[in-house]
Amino acid sequence: MSTEFGQKSHDTLVDAKLQLAIYTATGRLKEHRIAAVSDAALPDYQELRTQANAIKKHTIDNLDHYLEEFERNVEARGGKVVYCKDGTEVSDFILNLAKERAAHLIVKSKSMTTEEVDLNERLEHHGLESVETDLGEYILQLAHQRPYHIVAPALHMTRYDVAALFERELHVPLETVPEKQTALARSVLRQKFLAADIGISGANFLVADSGAVVIIENEGNARLTTSAPKIHIAVAGIEKVIPRAQDLATFLKLLARSATGQLLSVYTSFLAGPRRAGEIDGPDEFYVVLLDNGRTRLLPDKAKRQSLFCIRCGACLNTCPVYRKIGGHSFPWVYSGPIGAILTPQFMGVQHEPALPFASSLCGACGEVCPVKIDIPKILLELRSDIKKSDAREGRNRLEKLGFRAFAWLMTHPRMFEMAGRIGRSMGWPTTTKGPLGAWLSERDLPPLPAHSFREMWRRR
Amino acid sequence: MSRDYILHKIRTALGRGAGQAVADPPAARILVPEVSTEVRVASMLERVRALAGEAVESDDPRAFVANAIAGKTAIASNAPFLAERGITSLPGVRSGITDREELRELCATADVGITSVDYALADTGTLVLLSSPREARMISLLPPAHIAVVPRARILTGLDELFSLLPNPADSTSSMVLITGPSRTADIEQILVRGVHGPGLLSVVVTG
Amino acid sequence: MGRRVSLFVTCMVDQLFPQVGMAMADVLERVGCQVDFPENQTCCGQPAFNSGYRGEARTVARHFLDTFEASEAIVVPSGSCTAMITHHFAELFHKDTETLARVYALEKRVWEFSTFLTQVAGVEDVGARLDRVVTFHDGCHGLRELGVKEAPRRLLAHVRGLELREMLPAEECCGFGGTFAVKFSELSGAMARTKIEAIQRTGADTVVSADPSCLMQIQGALTRAGSDIGTLHLAEVLASR
Repeated sequence: MSTEFGQKSHDTLVDAKLQLAIYTATGRLKEHRIAAVSDAALPDYQELRTQANAIKKHTIDNLDHYLEEFERNVEARGGKVVYCKDGTEVSDFILNLAKERAAHLIVKSKSMTTEEVDLNERLEHHGLESVETDLGEYILQLAHQRPYHIVAPALHMTRYDVAALFERELHVPLETVPEKQTALARSVLRQKFLAADIGISGANFLVADSGAVVIIENEGNARLTTSAPKIHIAVAGIEKVIPRAQDLATFLKLLARSATGQLLSVYTSFLAGPRRAGEIDGPDEFYVVLLDNGRTRLLPDKAKRQSLFCIRCGACLNTCPVYRKIGGHSFPWVYSGPIGAILTPQFMGVQHEPALPFASSLCGACGEVCPVKIDIPKILLELRSDIKKSDAREGRNRLEKLGFRAFAWLMTHPRMFEMAGRIGRSMGWPTTTKGPLGAWLSERDLPPLPAHSFREMWRRR
Repeated sequence: MSRDYILHKIRTALGRGAGQAVADPPAARILVPEVSTEVRVASMLERVRALAGEAVESDDPRAFVANAIAGKTAIASNAPFLAERGITSLPGVRSGITDREELRELCATADVGITSVDYALADTGTLVLLSSPREARMISLLPPAHIAVVPRARILTGLDELFSLLPNPADSTSSMVLITGPSRTADIEQILVRGVHGPGLLSVVVTG
Repeated sequence: MGRRVSLFVTCMVDQLFPQVGMAMADVLERVGCQVDFPENQTCCGQPAFNSGYRGEARTVARHFLDTFEASEAIVVPSGSCTAMITHHFAELFHKDTETLARVYALEKRVWEFSTFLTQVAGVEDVGARLDRVVTFHDGCHGLRELGVKEAPRRLLAHVRGLELREMLPAEECCGFGGTFAVKFSELSGAMARTKIEAIQRTGADTVVSADPSCLMQIQGALTRAGSDIGTLHLAEVLASR
């Protein structure tokens, strides 16, 4: 393949160290998940999935209602909701607020939504310091790289990469022990937490009946981000809303188990508004930025709308045999793996990277592990059809279309099919080394061609 | 900013009108099992230990805490339960702080943070802390060690029971945090490291 | 019994692995079925459907409906082709109510081979004998769309002289995926190599599957790697005496 996607996949496939890192890391997460949702560990796993899917479906089908309810409840608790249609509006809001409050230092906890809109770059461009505080994200920020995996962002880096990075960026002696590297990051970031003017977080769930954001993490950096600075801004996609706090009893049981195999993540924060009268600490101001950034474009399509159910657990990445070979950086956008393969074309347009929905053997493992039962293979197939329709309209890939027309003709003319088979068998396998067929042939040894087809043998029986 | 624009786009996409009623959501799935206190306590202890936390049941939590913080500085929350059990009067323990900045300073330098809990969840070994005049956020977050003194009666079976008792935590607090084990990361080569930002040492004392 | 069964051998078996079709016919007859082969059959249309060409897939699917409508039961030696018919034909014709009705009527009578034997014919021991150490590869479509997991294993358990060893990791894709193997050949090859590593670890001398396309992919990778391990379709194993 000559596309960027093809080139990046190739580069990853031939990198033996990277192959090992990706395979073992995802393998571990995959095995942990299997243990955590086994019949013994979680007997009502399938019912919970069904419930989670039903709740998400109901919510997305009535999204405006729940967003408005969420907004009312946030404001009732002394917070403010800001609707933003794109990254520019998000950064405009934050920059204005920072200016009004004379804020300079921002600490950030993990948020794929903010990665979507390159928030840090935008803020930094305007002279604010915005520091990622999740260890993996912090490392990536120093390295100017994108996350490799939703849950394990620095999957592709070794401790030696981290040591070299810290030496270069933090001006410290080379340190290769992960515990010590972590301790170093901890002490650097602690200073930032305690000095920061604003904390920006993501949100795993927005709870409509409470006006609350729910943030799930293992390190404690999200708690610090949302509790230490005087201002907390949660940035979340509009699809993150769920109707009731009680629904967390369903979602929390699924999320950590699906992501890492933990029963619950170390910290689950349920935050509703700025600190109340009498509370000793917590922020004085609480904002929730609701980001569209193209999500409303996915809504009209009833078949594909379920793409918005995603709770960002990463289980599909860990189980996908394709992701486990080509890794996160082969993907053109911030979301990788099977969920990335269905979100990217829907957000960016199907022709942005038309190879993406085809880069799947449709094995179905992703749909099987999705805690909210997104039928990813079905959506991949829909996207493939969308791409071919778009190709036909724009006159692209005419030869392939012709090939499949010929295929359909052949398969509806049995005598011709039989004859074509006979001719093919007498000619033998093609021996080309060129083009996709050549590439396919170079990867494998082919079976010997039989002397007779089944139907010929059957007739002689 | 783009509120009306976005809401309008959503409604158009969904075929809904402004203020249109909504059918009921699927009933919330809340199933609270019947479990004896004994079993809850045992499960709590086992689960905390499985997470590399220390967990004991004790009639004398004061002695346990005294031993744990010997020679160290500690900051304790304002939970009456801690005062009742004599924990706040231990040497080396500061408590009764109500000023945010003062509390933060103390938490940033203390060796140990001591809290009670509002609830605990037996099936996952989770501590549930609601921010209030009694419990501040930073005590279980900034110091490198956290000791939680858990009243036996507060141990619930799990999330279902929690949300059954507290269907809307936002009514009571701006922050409810569920703590399940010590802070951890596996971001570097998938190697588990504890105590990244939150406490790396967690001790749970269950008492009457 | 005398159950009437039509063979849908699939285009791949017809042209590349005819012995699989013959073996399937043998086994079905052995368990008392009356087997016929509707001559007009060609393909289920999966290659076109998977490549995004739904119009072309519909054309081929209609031909399938025409060919097999009169059959009482249709048995297929492929999980992926069966799933195409029973799970995706309805999707293809969801806007065409008349054809959709034909699909719904027919899809109930289409059976993946191992499922037919165990669930419809009610048979697990077909009197087979094969002295080999085998491992079983679960084809993804059969596994995840049709639930084909236990049936082949129960059938293999009754094959005299056969030892079955499970591979680890299990249930991982072999990397064929139809046109995927051509479009993303390097990736497909990498997936196949991971699969054969799992196979080699079992120490088996033969890989068995209920999907000929998987077998082709796996055998191709095994031979390329210089391995002596062979491949057999489940039907071939069950036909062995």
